[in-house]
Amino acid sequence: MKAFADLYAALDETTKTNEKIAAMSSYFRSAPPADISWAVHFLIGRRPKRLIPTRELAAWAIEEAKIPEWLFGESYQAVGDLAETIALLLPPAQATSSRPLHEWVEQRLLPMRDWDDRARRESMIEAWREMSDRQRFAWNKLITGEFRVGVSQNLVVRALAEASGVDANVLAHRLMGDWQPTPDFATEILAKTTGDADVSRPYPFCLAYPLEGTVEELGPVHEWQIEWKWDGIRSQLIRRQWRTFLWSRGEELITDRFPELAAAGALLPEGTVLDGEVLPWKDGAPLPFTEMQRRIGRKELGSKILAEVPVVLMAFDLLEHGGQDARERSLEWRRAELERIVAAAGPESHLLASPLVEGASWEELQRTREEARSRGVEGFMLKRRGSPYRVGRRRGDWWKWKINPYSVDAVLIYAQPGSGRRASLFTDYTFGVWDQGELVPFAKAYSGLTDDEIRQVDAFVRNHTIEKFGPVRRLKPELVFELAFEAIQRSSRHRSGIAVRFPRIARWRTDKKAEDADTIETVRALLPPG
Amino acid sequence: MDNLLERQPDGLYCAAGGFYIDPWNPVERAVITHAHADHLCPSSKRYLCTRAGEALLRARIGSEGLIEAVDYGASVTFDGVRVSLHPAGHIRGSAQIRLEYRGEIWVVSGDYKLDADSTCAPFDPVPCHTFVTESTFGLPIFRWLEPTEALAAINAWWRGNRQAGKASVLFAYPLGKAQRVLAGVDSSIGPIYTHGAVETFNRLYRDAGIALAATQYARSAPPKTDWTGALILAPPMAKTAPWLRRFGDFSTGLASGWMRIRGTRRRRSIDRGFVLSDHADWPALLTAIRSSGARRVWVTHGYRAQLARWLEESGLEAHAIDTQYEGERDDAELPSDEAEP
Repeated sequence: MKAFADLYAALDETTKTNEKIAAMSSYFRSAPPADISWAVHFLIGRRPKRLIPTRELAAWAIEEAKIPEWLFGESYQAVGDLAETIALLLPPAQATSSRPLHEWVEQRLLPMRDWDDRARRESMIEAWREMSDRQRFAWNKLITGEFRVGVSQNLVVRALAEASGVDANVLAHRLMGDWQPTPDFATEILAKTTGDADVSRPYPFCLAYPLEGTVEELGPVHEWQIEWKWDGIRSQLIRRQWRTFLWSRGEELITDRFPELAAAGALLPEGTVLDGEVLPWKDGAPLPFTEMQRRIGRKELGSKILAEVPVVLMAFDLLEHGGQDARERSLEWRRAELERIVAAAGPESHLLASPLVEGASWEELQRTREEARSRGVEGFMLKRRGSPYRVGRRRGDWWKWKINPYSVDAVLIYAQPGSGRRASLFTDYTFGVWDQGELVPFAKAYSGLTDDEIRQVDAFVRNHTIEKFGPVRRLKPELVFELAFEAIQRSSRHRSGIAVRFPRIARWRTDKKAEDADTIETVRALLPPG
Repeated sequence: MDNLLERQPDGLYCAAGGFYIDPWNPVERAVITHAHADHLCPSSKRYLCTRAGEALLRARIGSEGLIEAVDYGASVTFDGVRVSLHPAGHIRGSAQIRLEYRGEIWVVSGDYKLDADSTCAPFDPVPCHTFVTESTFGLPIFRWLEPTEALAAINAWWRGNRQAGKASVLFAYPLGKAQRVLAGVDSSIGPIYTHGAVETFNRLYRDAGIALAATQYARSAPPKTDWTGALILAPPMAKTAPWLRRFGDFSTGLASGWMRIRGTRRRRSIDRGFVLSDHADWPALLTAIRSSGARRVWVTHGYRAQLARWLEESGLEAHAIDTQYEGERDDAELPSDEAEP
């Protein structure tokens, strides 16, 4: 646990990628396999479910720190992170635990599920007393299920590759899927030989960067394959050894959520992996994504919702063919095989091949792109002809060329403190637009400002609070921001009658006064007809 | 009896003696705890401060204004109010101000710390009836390690950067904190350069005979200076200045009590935070308040409502007083004292 807590501190202390990789690879070189498995498990963001309710954990810490409850609350407010607040408040550490990470996890953390409150409390207090400050913090993070260190899976893979000498692509693949953090797993992922057996294991997704600069800079249009950019759930549909698996990009096995696609798997040849977007689809066109959210929200998938919101897999790539990794084949080869496979599955299969968009010039495509909104897509995907299927987010071969987002000028009307990195600053904002002389809440946004602007807005919030409701401040309506968002829908759940997708702050309109902000009528005019 | 001090629009005012303590607007007569900008407003007619703090005060207010300086412990009487200044341990020349009038004793502690600091006289508890305390770090989450540990961490970071072929840029309050670092770092690791704001105060400290590691004003370094392995001390506001570019590959650090909280460090995108403060942490605030023997406490700048409530619950009479003091700010509105040496 000491080495792991030190690793956590080292990762937390630097913003530099190379230093993070160096810290991890030095850990992987020296830690026992049983610890490495757990470390990888946590580092790539798999976390145990919250084992102890916040209230209980806080109560035990309050007792141990010998402070009143209100003072704990004030401290939490200042720190913004429960695990950290507790670590800071506990009496000064007297010891350092030398137990290895896997012992802490397997003997003290996982069994908590089955213990009663008294046993949990005793175990927690005992743990705190055995640990140093750093260990307490890392431990609390594991217990609260909020373990995040700002390393991507890609960085963990690079560090493992550095420590083991195994190719990073192979490692990335081994880390996918539903593995268990056993000592064998660590031995297996760091093994030089490839005996990769897991039939359900998906490939790392190739991700696109948003287009920078002008599209003409990409060179001649004929070097690119162009598809619509669909707004669904990015997924891989896997058919191996007569079984079907559907994985989301969040690496969640979602086969059960989409019985249509579970059935479609049976229509694929043995040893096939398709990459695509799961879309709510009816009458040859996508339904709004809010429909998909409605379906995802259901615990039970009744026949009614299945009929109302059917899905398809809009497939656009083929990663495995006849049991062979096809990622190094050219885009054209993969595309041709993909079309053959989808055609063979038949029109009732819920499988579609994402249609290619033709255009003789970028200019012509620019015009075609204007149809995106009416087609219910987000713009174009541009893929370099001849390119392989790459691992993760790489510049160069795949670009997303989105249509410009909608934008509205809105007034900052409520603010509340953020959490984590943004603790003790007001960073969560609610914006309003005018409705008959009144500002109605219209969207919430958390991102888009620079650190410097955040500090300025924070100072404004502190000096222009009209009313407080718990942590929420109602503000004097003065600051105007341009909000951008991707889609807009009618909604009965929002006071404004409108729901927007991915709202964020595009810029601070210091040139505008509150009365210059947009009205609800202007916003309604953006709604799709219907 | 009436309060010896009252909170007026211009600051804490002693009506019986006709003077202000650390006013935030110009007044007739100001008694000053220390020379940080939030406690020292220029353009008052007369100032009273410690002899140790006089040069710093003068550097801050310019040539206007009359300064009367007294030794620690010596007293001056204004209209029957006996005023004396006692070490606060915050920065060089910092004082707690003791007021005595008709048997009633108040102590205004200004900013203070109890930790060891070779650049200033150590905090000296002064018995009183009413104690006016700061509360910059008035929550129990603020607990400092030994200052020697923070300095050892700075040395280790500097040494590591030197080995990695990098410069080390350490941001620290230019008056007080920077000199405390210079008095404590291991100067055998490499050369030390300074930003102008830091160098100005270094000179004043050295003039007073305080031992600081040798430094060189960065701007006067010859062109093509190799900054690898150097420690560069700069005010936090220099973080975004183009001034930094000359140092090539460097790691950044910030020495501040706020570095106790991860969020504040991460938000500022600083590589390393060093918990080193010239203010009292929570245990030290409670110790200082207890050792004053006061039954009544006024709590100013910081977590004043929280500290006042804690004191009330511990059986003292406590009031949260709204002032314009700021305590330890490691961001934005630092005084614009980028004076050239």
